[in-house]
Amino acid sequence: MVTATKSYKSTFGILLIILLTICLINISLGSVFIPFKQIILSLINGEVDKESWKTIVLNYRLPKAITAIIVGSGLSISGLLMQTLFRNPLAGPFVLGISSGASLGVAILILGASFFGATLTSFAFSNWGLAIAASLGSFLVLSAVMLAAVKVRNTMSILIIGLMFGSLTSAIISILAYFSSASQLQQYMFWSFGSLGNLSWLEIIVLASIFIIGILLVVFIIKPLNSLLLGENYAVSMGVNVKSTRNITLIATSLLTGVITAFSGPIAFIGLAVPHITKLLFNTSNHKTLLPAVAICGAIIMLICDSIAQLPSSEFTLPINAITSLFGAPIIIWLLVRKRKVYY
Amino acid sequence: MKEAKKHIIKTTNLSIGYTSKKKNIVIASDLNIKLEAGKMVCLLGKNGIGKSTLLRTLTKVQNALDGDIYLNNQNLEKFSNLELAKTLSLVFTERLPESSLTVFELVALGRQPHTNWIGYLTNEDMKIIQNAFKKTKTEHLMNSKFYELSDGQLQRVMIARALAQNTSIIILDEPTAHLDLHHTINTFSLLKNLASEFNKTIIISTHEINLALQIADELWLMSPQKFVSGKTDTLICNNELNSLFDSDLIKFNKSLKQFTI
Repeated sequence: MVTATKSYKSTFGILLIILLTICLINISLGSVFIPFKQIILSLINGEVDKESWKTIVLNYRLPKAITAIIVGSGLSISGLLMQTLFRNPLAGPFVLGISSGASLGVAILILGASFFGATLTSFAFSNWGLAIAASLGSFLVLSAVMLAAVKVRNTMSILIIGLMFGSLTSAIISILAYFSSASQLQQYMFWSFGSLGNLSWLEIIVLASIFIIGILLVVFIIKPLNSLLLGENYAVSMGVNVKSTRNITLIATSLLTGVITAFSGPIAFIGLAVPHITKLLFNTSNHKTLLPAVAICGAIIMLICDSIAQLPSSEFTLPINAITSLFGAPIIIWLLVRKRKVYY
Repeated sequence: MKEAKKHIIKTTNLSIGYTSKKKNIVIASDLNIKLEAGKMVCLLGKNGIGKSTLLRTLTKVQNALDGDIYLNNQNLEKFSNLELAKTLSLVFTERLPESSLTVFELVALGRQPHTNWIGYLTNEDMKIIQNAFKKTKTEHLMNSKFYELSDGQLQRVMIARALAQNTSIIILDEPTAHLDLHHTINTFSLLKNLASEFNKTIIISTHEINLALQIADELWLMSPQKFVSGKTDTLICNNELNSLFDSDLIKFNKSLKQFTI
């Protein structure tokens, strides 16, 4: 009998167990030491020795872990989508200009405040203010890229157009930065480092709902994405509507990356690296396997990075962006050197 | 009426070419093709004569400038993408983008026009895929990655993918461009076999003229002056082959049924 596509049930099982373990480890770590048993009790809403422990776990650590999971899987899925669409291993979730757009929005909010001489209320610098500025910025740049994308027929040109918009926005940010004060610059820098913490439950609900919408869109393009592996000509010859597949892919990526960037800043590297790590682990290009695999791997890696960033039992939290690259880059290099060949 | 029904591909006064901003650039016009099912056709002509344009027009990748194309007596314009994918499958010359698809996955992709929204393979699909492997004698390659295959093996696998698509027409654009003589003959006889035994209509654009003369049921000849189609022997009888190359360097030898210098 014909051997069907390899089943990865056991691999997925192991990955899920790892995810759960890392998640618990992540929640147990932090500036305040809480015994493991008390953490579990807090999570299942049991009797906890100190009420403050429960508050820390439920209102600070758990939301942060959930954010890490959503950010990790969302960015990784977006990266995979972009790599398949552009058939380019260097494509990531930010090639559409989303991070540059978000940076522009936030830069105008923080750096431009003095430039325009406006007095801003504290709301402007709250999570919501930053999120709104980032969303508006992403939306603006993304719409520009999309408008250009509709005009061009060649998929590769979209990649270059996205890069060009990135350069444009960073030029504007440089000009804004040049006229800004040191404290404003620092505030902007902190935002650009990315952060997973400080999200309220309401913010997490918004983040999670848009994440789920994005994922649902992705599920419907698994089949055409697989046919795109043979190139656009073959995809068309198999009845795939390449243009609508392309558009859904772009919309899903914008939703996922846009909402994540709005709430947690431009988190680098994950979206580019996790698809590669997953492809090396699973050695497949089939999106039916790759998409869930990339989502789980993304969540695991993000949780690990966040655990490291907390510098266990210290009061400092390192910038998450530094950690993702610092630990991710060597892993990719090591995997590539060991396996020698990677297919995207 | 009865005669019309037999033709799987029919064109009436078809004119092919490109539309640029102001004018139409006509590459060939007044093409009246009538092709019966189960035939292997070789499309011959020198480089740049418009073979690819003709194939692209027949497969609805580009529009005809004028005239109509009928597949199974249905106007090509009325076909949706999906209907067309169930009637006509393609094998391109271009190299596949890099990926780590297995040969099985690659051939199974041919079932896409027939599967549900997530691409679930039913037992029926599996049977058709298995048959495609059997017909192309590629079962042993099933679990390899496609990038591990030689050019000759890959070409057979691509034909298997087209077979899995289970269409009555298969169109191949220079399927033997990367192959040596052995694999070229191998591919041609495989295609001939698919046409005669499984009633597939096979259209091949090729530069292997001498081979095409020996193996094809029909030839389509494209030259700057005209387009001729017909049975190989008839075309030889009517001295049509000499018009293929308008140079003194190469001549068609009627008794050898081959081109000679």
